[in-house]
Amino acid sequence: MIPAQFDYVRPTTVEEAVQALRDGGDDAKLLAGGQSLLPVLRLRMADPSLIIDLGGIAELKGLREEGNEVVVGAMTSHHDVARDDTLRQHVALIQEATKTVADPQVRHRGTLGGALAHADPAGDLAAPALALDAQFVIAGPNGTRTVAAADFFEDYFTTAIGEGELLTEIRFPKFTGWGARYEKFNRVAQAWSIVAVAATVKVEGGTISEARIGLTNMAGTPVRARAVESALVGQSASEENVRKAAQAAAEGTSPTADADAGSDYREHLARVLTGRAVLAAAG
Amino acid sequence: MARIRTTVDGLVYEDDVEPRMLLVQYLRERLGKTGTVIGCDTSNCGACTVHLDGMSVKSCSVLAVQANGAEVLTIEGLERDGQLHPMQQAFHDNHALQCGYCTPGMIMQSIDLLGDNPDPSEHEIREGIEGNLCRCTGYQNIVRAVQDAASKMKPGASATQQSSAQPVAGGGA
Repeated sequence: MIPAQFDYVRPTTVEEAVQALRDGGDDAKLLAGGQSLLPVLRLRMADPSLIIDLGGIAELKGLREEGNEVVVGAMTSHHDVARDDTLRQHVALIQEATKTVADPQVRHRGTLGGALAHADPAGDLAAPALALDAQFVIAGPNGTRTVAAADFFEDYFTTAIGEGELLTEIRFPKFTGWGARYEKFNRVAQAWSIVAVAATVKVEGGTISEARIGLTNMAGTPVRARAVESALVGQSASEENVRKAAQAAAEGTSPTADADAGSDYREHLARVLTGRAVLAAAG
Repeated sequence: MARIRTTVDGLVYEDDVEPRMLLVQYLRERLGKTGTVIGCDTSNCGACTVHLDGMSVKSCSVLAVQANGAEVLTIEGLERDGQLHPMQQAFHDNHALQCGYCTPGMIMQSIDLLGDNPDPSEHEIREGIEGNLCRCTGYQNIVRAVQDAASKMKPGASATQQSSAQPVAGGGA
């Protein structure tokens, strides 16, 4: 199908984009890579009167190191995130998850910021961002503000980005030397995750000293498996220890039931995939 | 209406388009480049894959206005001087199609894949074309065709057909 009619602007600075949002009012929609928005427009599940294309804003693209952080521009493509050496060294978890997003064509167009702002509970990048305590920089009419990942994801497809605002940067603390694994369970190659687990661990002398685990699609927002994280600390990374700790993975989650899986099956998947992800990350 | 200027298969086009026009519609309906097909229209099947500034994209998931100032390469731009691109030839030689509907997208994505990874394993080929669906072949001969093309497109390969053909490599390598 063909989208409903809309007006189109392509600002070249964040300031112009904020102004376009102000001019466009409630009915304006931001276009990042378009790999979620364009299908929605084609199905006429949305019919904004104005599309603001962020593709022309150079300052939103690319990565840089700033002290103990790696800062990724919101319009950096999945393709670029997946092959960046700095991220490989310091924030491997977001890279591992990004490699599993959709397919190569979608990764060429889709962006980190677009996916996070879309906040699909089955999307793959929110759980690692939460596990890594990423900071979200949001620009608006009153300047910029920074929101922690724990406060950014509010509900299904709902984030802390307010009216008239846009996501400009995602700031990741460095996890240099940590092992990372994104373990994803889906039916066919490019399908959404039924459940996925983002795990990154620090292993010192065979013992897990720190662990971060985020769950995809186990609630309306990504969830930290904190009970597993604390159960892992101080343990040797043996299969038995990890599987035992992973039994707590579904604690505090509220997974949905749909045609792919019931809630209890999702809880089972969370436990199994957490075990696999931690073992791989520790190995 | 928005004015766009785009290079498609080596020629520059200027057109006024509605912002809502999809790139695949522009290619087919304005430029008559019907070699690029619409399969699922839901971003799943990859039949509409083209290269945009050297990277494979699903042209049903890009607006024509987003291609303003860009270079687009379609399946129709691969042939040189009457000679098929090595990937096209490999699909022909290995019987890598039955109904042929997925073929334009498969070939464009396979060229992109080799641009990134000139010597892919079978597994890497299957992952590389995971965004392209074929409902006829079971993929076996498609994978063989990509392996065949990879061996012929390798630097130093003696492929005589390349001497005059100058194949276009994609993938932003």
